[in-house]
Amino acid sequence: MAKSYEEINEKIKKGRAVVLTAEEMTELVKSEGAGEAAGKVDVVTTGTFGPMCSSGAFVNFGHSDPPIKMHRLWLNDVPVCADVAAVDAYIGAAAISDSEGLAYGGGHIIQDLIEGKRIKLKSTAIATDCYPRKEIETEVALSDLNQAYLFNPRNAYENYASATNSSEKTIYTYMGILLPNYGNITYCSAGQLNPLLNDPDYRTIGIGTRIFLGGGTGYVAWAGTQHNPEVERNDNGVPVGPSGSLALIGDMKTMDSKFIRGARFHRYGVTLYVGIGIPIPILDEDMAVRTGISDEDIETYIFDYSEPSRARNRLKKVNYRELRSGKVELKGRMVKTAPLSSFKMSREIAGILKQRILEGAFTVSRPVEELPRDGGLNTLEERRGER
Amino acid sequence: MMKRRVVLTFPPEVVERPVISLMIRDYDVITNILRAEVTEGEVGRMLVELEGDGGNVKNGVQYLKDQGVTVEEAIKDIDLNDTICTSCGVCTAVCLTGALTVGPPDFKLTLDKDRCILCGSCVDACPFRLIKVRF
Repeated sequence: MAKSYEEINEKIKKGRAVVLTAEEMTELVKSEGAGEAAGKVDVVTTGTFGPMCSSGAFVNFGHSDPPIKMHRLWLNDVPVCADVAAVDAYIGAAAISDSEGLAYGGGHIIQDLIEGKRIKLKSTAIATDCYPRKEIETEVALSDLNQAYLFNPRNAYENYASATNSSEKTIYTYMGILLPNYGNITYCSAGQLNPLLNDPDYRTIGIGTRIFLGGGTGYVAWAGTQHNPEVERNDNGVPVGPSGSLALIGDMKTMDSKFIRGARFHRYGVTLYVGIGIPIPILDEDMAVRTGISDEDIETYIFDYSEPSRARNRLKKVNYRELRSGKVELKGRMVKTAPLSSFKMSREIAGILKQRILEGAFTVSRPVEELPRDGGLNTLEERRGER
Repeated sequence: MMKRRVVLTFPPEVVERPVISLMIRDYDVITNILRAEVTEGEVGRMLVELEGDGGNVKNGVQYLKDQGVTVEEAIKDIDLNDTICTSCGVCTAVCLTGALTVGPPDFKLTLDKDRCILCGSCVDACPFRLIKVRF
């Protein structure tokens, strides 16, 4: 029995929609079957909260008098890209402080702005006839900015690699601190709660989809950078390792720093933890099958990160139930596993989104365009003398 | 041979004197500094393991006390700011004693202080810098 977006939204508005989180749906599909579940459930909510370096914010400061066309720009001593119009800028989440180095950066500025803190602004410029000013130093807060919106080029990765370290020394990576001699294994996915893993054919998540972003409302803007659906898929139809990704957009002025947090990975750099929730309309039985997926059905490979190469050694395939158990067998012994993304927060976000839909405050949206289902990844080749 | 793990507190006026060095020289105590927070002009704190002949360790400790250093048995003291902790679990990757764990049913980060050896690895690992180790 198929349902349309319009029918589901009508039920949401009348307060009659049946909404489950992805985990609750997995239980229902297991106990009653996908056919029954498809009939009963209208929307399934997903959630994720993890480090997503490919994030950032566009801001507009308004004009000073006399005005300036910002050329170099620092916010709290962190270099920010001002190479757009005079007082527009893009705060990259991974930018690092000129004075504090890896301890503070773009991700922290985004969090500080959302928390209403005042940020020190310093800019220098090349004077022009219409923008005569050469420098400015002041302080700004989120409420002073005309616009401030996150525009994250790559978020909500559909699955990710798992990491370990075969070498004899500790290494400091974006996958956390990896201890020597396979001393630990880290992983980063909300698994059964992850948005794209619950819609792996991108039937309902596409350009224009309305989402929960950082506590406020956001949208899917585009396919994410390195969106790569053509990776190996397992018998459950989900990719084994990183594949699809989303570019997301949302108004910072509606966000809550509980769900957007600046972070630093020791001896690696600065990033932003982003909280994302995406509703999945259960249009038919296929969507019930898809959202019925559990951690056990989702697999990834453990890679050896001691090799600083894009062709890292692939050691073992594991599923997320094993990873989340805290220990995985590797090279003949049990090795401690640890997550980078918060399963607790992912679950909380799916729950909040469910509540918003039940209250009629959030409806589902038909994508304006679908995400690409094909296309692989190019690599950066080094060429000379071919100008 | 005996081994003691102690916390030393140096008043500001003692911080500038080489008391550890003199204790090692005069009392033949093997001294392993595990953690130290020492800044000129401020109260200094140090976690050390003292090893040596029983009498030497005892006399060395007495020497430190005579110099104005407060000597206490090492107390396990780790602080986790759990009101804003996200329970991401990054710290658990480096916690070799299993003091920090995330797991079912609620996947909330828990800290079992009895298992913590104050190694400080989690202090570096926490992406939000919410863990402090004091001694």
